[in-house]
Amino acid sequence: MADIPADRSEASFEDFKPAYTKAQAVVEANRCLYCYDAPCVKACPTSIDIPEFIRKIATDNVRGSARTILESNILGMSCARVCPVEVLCVGDCVYNELGVPPIQIGKLQRFSTDEAYAAGWRFHEAGSDTGKSVGLVGGGPASLACAHRLRRFGHRVTIYEKRDQIGGLNLTGVAPYKIKADRAAEEIDYVMAIGGIDVVTGVSVPGDLSWDELRKRHDALFVGFGLGPDSILSAAGGDLPGIVGAVDWIEQMKLGRLDLSAVRSAMVVGGGNTALDVVRELRGLGVPEVALVYRGDEAVMSGYAHEWAAAKEEGVRGLFRTLPVAFSGDGKVERARLVRMDEHKRPIDGSEHEVPCDLAIVAVGQSKLGELCAGLAGVKVEKGRILVGPDQATGEPGVYAGGDCANGGTEVVNAVAEGRDAAVSIDAWLGRT
Amino acid sequence: MPDLTSNTGGIVSPNPFWLASAPPANSGGQVQRAFDAGWGGAVWKTLGTPIQNVSSRFGATRWKGASGVGFNNIELITDRPLETNFREIYETKKKYPKHAIIVSLMVETREEWKEIIARSEDAGADGLELNFGCPHGMCERGMGSAVGQEPKVNERITGWAKEFAKVPVLVKLTPNVGDIVPHGLAAQRGGADGVSLINTIKSIIGVDIDRFVPEPRVAGLSTNGGYCGAAVRPIALHMTAALSRDPGFHLPISGIGGITNWRDALEFILLGSSSVQVCTEVMLRGYRIVEDMIEGLETYMSERGFERLDQLVGKAVPAYSEWGDLDLNYETVAKIDASACIGCQLCMVACHDGAHQCIHPNPDGSRVPTIDEDECVGCNLCQIVCPVPQCISMVQVPNGYTPATWNEHVEAGAQLRPKKGAH
Repeated sequence: MADIPADRSEASFEDFKPAYTKAQAVVEANRCLYCYDAPCVKACPTSIDIPEFIRKIATDNVRGSARTILESNILGMSCARVCPVEVLCVGDCVYNELGVPPIQIGKLQRFSTDEAYAAGWRFHEAGSDTGKSVGLVGGGPASLACAHRLRRFGHRVTIYEKRDQIGGLNLTGVAPYKIKADRAAEEIDYVMAIGGIDVVTGVSVPGDLSWDELRKRHDALFVGFGLGPDSILSAAGGDLPGIVGAVDWIEQMKLGRLDLSAVRSAMVVGGGNTALDVVRELRGLGVPEVALVYRGDEAVMSGYAHEWAAAKEEGVRGLFRTLPVAFSGDGKVERARLVRMDEHKRPIDGSEHEVPCDLAIVAVGQSKLGELCAGLAGVKVEKGRILVGPDQATGEPGVYAGGDCANGGTEVVNAVAEGRDAAVSIDAWLGRT
Repeated sequence: MPDLTSNTGGIVSPNPFWLASAPPANSGGQVQRAFDAGWGGAVWKTLGTPIQNVSSRFGATRWKGASGVGFNNIELITDRPLETNFREIYETKKKYPKHAIIVSLMVETREEWKEIIARSEDAGADGLELNFGCPHGMCERGMGSAVGQEPKVNERITGWAKEFAKVPVLVKLTPNVGDIVPHGLAAQRGGADGVSLINTIKSIIGVDIDRFVPEPRVAGLSTNGGYCGAAVRPIALHMTAALSRDPGFHLPISGIGGITNWRDALEFILLGSSSVQVCTEVMLRGYRIVEDMIEGLETYMSERGFERLDQLVGKAVPAYSEWGDLDLNYETVAKIDASACIGCQLCMVACHDGAHQCIHPNPDGSRVPTIDEDECVGCNLCQIVCPVPQCISMVQVPNGYTPATWNEHVEAGAQLRPKKGAH
């Protein structure tokens, strides 16, 4: 298993949605209507047969329930915890139409997959060797799902990961009240247990290894290398110590130990889901004053409404139509200078004011890695994303892509679906060549 | 307030709700608490030569998390000394003079019947119930359903009881027969003042799939027991109605079988029961359920202008008919209220796999299915599976044909509408 220190900061978090006991799971499972052609399935990017896995919980066929989940989504254990079910399966439960609380699909999925992990149930074996080999660039959820499916088809796979361990953002980037790094690492082991997934860490593509070299080594490629480093803020003093990128900061919290004892007023800049994770994490770690600073209105924030509602409940303050223009302090950030914006996102004259700020976390997105594909002639990059068809194929024969680098940054479950579907396409393509 | 007073063959109780002869009516303390809760009568757990019971004794079906929709037992008649039972009957009757205490009896010989009837009446019984129904244990000893399954034996022993009894005698019938009517008629010939039905149905409630032993398990073995609980109500309703509508049968009926609430009780009353008896639901939930039974029945009667219970007894019997007398030209189709539909499409899969393939996905892409009324046979299946009340209704469609039954068609050539869905 990956190296996860025990005394890391995230360890203090409790699950936001606690696990069901068996009794609770059965009661909830029995509420499911077992819809036909169910809306929840359509809302799931990996199309898990949700009514079927829930029925199997109710009939005490939990092993079968886990098999149904993992057949569609090999990362079903983490997805059960990290999926924004409120806007996916649970949001489309027909009970919403009836004014009845929707089925807690995520919690039921967690129940079945946790049982599978505890019991050591495995459902998939590698197929007989086809002699074909696929290289996967990046070791996050998209590549893991792709590699697992490719192994079921019998293809040889090698994952190239620039960091020292695979797992991607599922390991280093998910809010700890959803899943902690050690549990994510167990899932990586569960996926790897199919056998035959070779991993090369500490190698960047196309830095340490060129695309040409990779193409020579493998019959097909899957590009699943996610997004680049945190975007930075173009504000004066933005390079002061105490101003950090969100993805970096989350990783330190999840895998290391942060000292926040001196932090009184923290500010998180951004309105997306990463920003919402960070404000909640800061409150969870005991920072007294946490503010979300977003240039737009509350209503247009790209972060999920249910996450923002939870953040507010936890004491986070929202500063909307507001932008930091400068940071200052003696050797580290101590103050932020904010300006209010009008409805056209223009600064309002005379609205500048200074607030205390001893930690600023920038969550305004990650840079896109599209330019790294320059060495692949047929691969088209638009707005920093690799363009793919519905079969996850790029324009380059034998090269497929999925996950954040192709979709611009969405959920783990989207990455899993794309990686899995790419494997099916790759298998078909390898059969043709 | 409507009058719920019930009279079953001369046994009068302040309401028609009685405890059935079973564990809830095993002792004076229990029956008194039941009367305090509102029960109008109690049929004392069967007296006879006290037996020894096994452990365990009960089993239950489970469905969607609910336990006891069906229930069975392998318990026998009373295991308490007769003198204790009679003393408690006496004390209870003295304390609750207006409530009905019916003593259930099961013995073998004529002399035994004579003695136990006399002792029951001395204790103050308002009526007797002859247990000719128990389908386990006692029948192996020539009693219970062994009697109830043989009309001649039933008639003879009923005759003995009537010879000795001064209070009304009810005969409790077993459902473990092909046709209930000859058995009711046998009790009538024997002189019974009424019948009570159904007793429990011979059953195996389940199997322990780890130990490979049926349930309930007694050491390494099990035996068939008596099935009861909500799941048996349709069988009991049918048998009640079969007797009620038989032109030769004239006795009052005390209805038993899967009654859990006022509505269930009312269904028995509408099919001819003058009183109803409840066991399983009391075993599962306690005596307190009677509050809803009384209140629900009173409200129903008040809202519809019924003043006395006897106005309801048997009111649905005339509408229980033979299949051959049903109108084949009556035509209904299902209609979905699109504004109520939640899009679960359970109607669609049920129709497609279990009925006539006439409910289809909506061509406009909405999740409200469409019904092909030209193909809909009006079977009700979609309405049954729909989780939304009043979303699917079965609506009569005029087809221009005059009503015609199968019997009329066979006998007089009555014209039938063209068949639907028969390709």
